Formats: sequence, structure tokens, C-alpha cells
Amino acid sequence: MAGIIGYGVYIPKNRITVEEIARVWKKNGKAISKGLNVREKAVAAYDEDACTIAVEAARIAVKQAGIEGKQLGAVYVGSESHPYAVKPTASIVADAIGASPELTAADLEFACKAGTAGMQMCMALVDSPIPAWLEYGMSIGADTAQGRPNDALEFTAGSGGAAYIMGKKKEEILIDILDTYSYTTDTPDFWRRQHAEFPRHAGRFTGEPAYFKHVIGAAKGVMKRVKMEPKDFDYAVFHQPNGKFPIRVAKMLGFSMEQIEQGLTTPHIGNTYSGSMMIGLASVLDKAKKGEKILGVSYGSGAGSDAFVLEATENIEKKRHKKSVFEMFEEKEYIDYAEYVKCRKKLKSL
Amino acid sequence: MTDGALPLIWRKFGERYDLDGNFCETCKTAYFPARTVCPKCRRKGKLVAQKMPKNGKIVSFTEVFSGPAGFENEVPYFIAIIELENKTKLLSQIVDSEKEKVKIGAKVEKVFRKISDIDPEGPIAYGYKFKIVE
Ligand SMILES: [Zn+2]
Repeated sequence: MAGIIGYGVYIPKNRITVEEIARVWKKNGKAISKGLNVREKAVAAYDEDACTIAVEAARIAVKQAGIEGKQLGAVYVGSESHPYAVKPTASIVADAIGASPELTAADLEFACKAGTAGMQMCMALVDSPIPAWLEYGMSIGADTAQGRPNDALEFTAGSGGAAYIMGKKKEEILIDILDTYSYTTDTPDFWRRQHAEFPRHAGRFTGEPAYFKHVIGAAKGVMKRVKMEPKDFDYAVFHQPNGKFPIRVAKMLGFSMEQIEQGLTTPHIGNTYSGSMMIGLASVLDKAKKGEKILGVSYGSGAGSDAFVLEATENIEKKRHKKSVFEMFEEKEYIDYAEYVKCRKKLKSL
Repeated sequence: MTDGALPLIWRKFGERYDLDGNFCETCKTAYFPARTVCPKCRRKGKLVAQKMPKNGKIVSFTEVFSGPAGFENEVPYFIAIIELENKTKLLSQIVDSEKEKVKIGAKVEKVFRKISDIDPEGPIAYGYKFKIVE
């Protein structure tokens, strides 16, 4: 069965605090920061985009897996901020990591969960007898999410990404995937039309009928399939549109703060959209020991959730990354709102 | 990047994305960018494709205050001559590095960045830049 043989995370260096954003719009930054449980967010530099973030994460994943880029038979990039409307990010990433030309590649979009949809596709491809030549597949979730200036989302929309490589050789698997399950409905809680620069969202509607319904639906669905309960897991990671929702959904499902703390990344880097759950999971993998069980649930507006039940193998202890995700949070440089506007090209003349 | 320059740039993707160069097996010299003949061995040289190492050090640098077209919004920035671990040298922009740390001998590592993105309807050029590592 397919499992994770390597993964990588990339977080841009720039940070802007919620208080700095609130200062510009004359809002109460301290109260907003506390309410969202987000202190600051990562901001891609002027010369970074979802593609450069994807390449950096992919290179780390390939190195850890101990394979060559050209051994990858599939590369999928999930993002809601692909640099081109037409022209795949995935082909650029594949070329930059030496995977071209013998592979299948495509860009995926499902708001914040396209990267986990790609993980499921890679699992299936790796396990399928057709194509027989496909040994490894990589899925990346990467975003340079944009919030409309002075919109609630501007406090949380961050930049970052993570890459996961699937393989099926037992001796190479760091994390076994025991099962996966998805829950999808047509729910218009958040969208961005073609040519529109910023997404729109349905305010309070993004909570109960959207995030909570789908995350809970997928979590309960996968736990029922593997006959496990919250107490059977060592860790749980949920998609993190802010620092508050994952804590609330954990409580609703019966998970403790201890089980979710290690995977909570949004308070430090904001919501990295397609990268969010995948970066949180990587942080859990910084600590997970052989035999420990992890529940991972993504969420994408529009709407759907992919849930995974994972178990760490002894290989993760041998191949652990030197730099942890929490150490990456500390490699930062603060920018003010003016620099943020420049970095993210929020002025029309840029 | 302008559309007219596309074929020329496309041929250099390997060089720009992943430092594809070559190596002369006769005199054991690495070349970046790749050479068509080894300048030392001429016809006796045997060149094979080789990726350059991603780490190196700064041997010379300058801070650019008045950039060329397309880089106006990025000034001031550093460009440096970098000597890679295999002794090849290249010129690159230095990013994500504190000003005080940009100096001769500083260790650097390759990163993947946008090189040029000036036309909102045109192609985006990606490639290597370097950042200082501790
Ligand atoms: Zn030679």
C-alpha cells in the first residue's frame, strides 16, 4: 500500500503581524489577533509565487525521500493562486526538480484542499497496476493567498506550501496511510471568479454549514472506516483558516488540545490555504514516533474535506528533517504594511 | 521576459532552473554555463552534462541602486559573483539575506525565484538566485 516516503515544507521569510494590518485600517489589532488566534502571517517576497514555493518544498521532499527527481511519475500542484490561469505550475515544478519529461502532471484547484486531493490521486496511481512504470508520485499544496485589503481575510491569508511524495516500497515508507475518505458538497462559502483579483466569502456562512460540517463529516467517516475513536490517535491536524476553528472542531469531535497543538501552524504563519493542513501534518511528523497514529483532515471551500489516517513507521525516526517546522517559523523578518503591499503587488501599478 | 525572447530563454531552462552545466572528463573541469568545447582540451576534451552544486560562497558583490528595466521595484538589491563548491563561478542576485551578512566569503545556497515578471499578460521567467546560509 502507498505511503509517504518524503515531504518538504517551505515558508517565506517575511512576516506581517495582525496588529500591523489592523493599524492601517484603524481596527483593534490586539482583539482581532486574540479572536482569530493568529499573531502574524507569512508573506511571499516580491519575487516569490505559488510556483517558487512549490519548487522549494518539492526539492526538500525529494532530498528526504532519497530519490532522484526523474523517478517521479506524477507531479500535482494544488493551489488557488497558480501564477497562470492557463499554463500549468506543475510542469515548471517538474522541470525545476529534474522530473521531466517522463511523468504525468497537472494543476489542481479546490480552494484550500487541492493538495490533499493530489495526495489521494498519487496514492491511487502508485498502487494501481496501470501505469506500471509509475513508482512515485508527488503532490504539493502551495499558495500565496490574497485577502482583499480591509477584509477579514486579510488578517489570515498567508503564503507557504508543502510537498508529499508517495511510494509503495515498505523499506522507504516513513508514514503508512491506513485509509483516506472524503466528504464533498456544493456549498458556496468562498469563491473567486475568473479575472477577479480577490476572493469573496459568505461571512458567517463559512462556519457551520461549510468548515465544520465537512471537516466533521470527513473525520467521522474515516474513523468509522478504520474503527477508531479520537482517543486512539496521538495527533490530529485540521485545516486552519484561522487559529480558532481547528481548536473548536477538535473539541466538537472529542480531541484534546494536546492532540492538536503540534499541528497548529496558523497562529505563526496565517492560513497558507492549500498548504495549511499539509504544513500542520509536517509539523506533527517532526515529532511522531513509530506506531503513533495521526488523523489529518483538510478543508476546501466550495466545499469538501479529505481525511487521512496515518501511522508513523520506524523510518521517520531515521530520516527526520534537521530543521523542524516550528524552527522555520522563527526564520523571519518583519515587514510593515507598505512593504506588504509591494510584496503582494496590491498596488495597481505593480 | 518578452515573447520574442522566449525560444532563447526556453533553451536555458535547465541552466536557469537547476544549474545544468557540463564537465570535461579529460581535464576534470566543470563548466557553467555549459560549453560546446572544452577551452583547455579542445578536440581531446570529453564533455558530459552535469548539474552544478547548490552551495558556494561570495567572492565579490555589489549593491545595485539603479536597476535595469524590470528591476526598478526591487532596488536596492545585491548581486554577487559566487564560487560554487566545484569552483565554477556565476553571477546571481542575493535574496532573503540581511545586509550586514552580505560579504566576501559568506556561504550561499541556491533558491528558486521569479527572475522577471514585468508584463502581466506575458510569460514569467523563473530561475536561480542565492541566499546566505549560516
Ligand atoms: Zn578539458
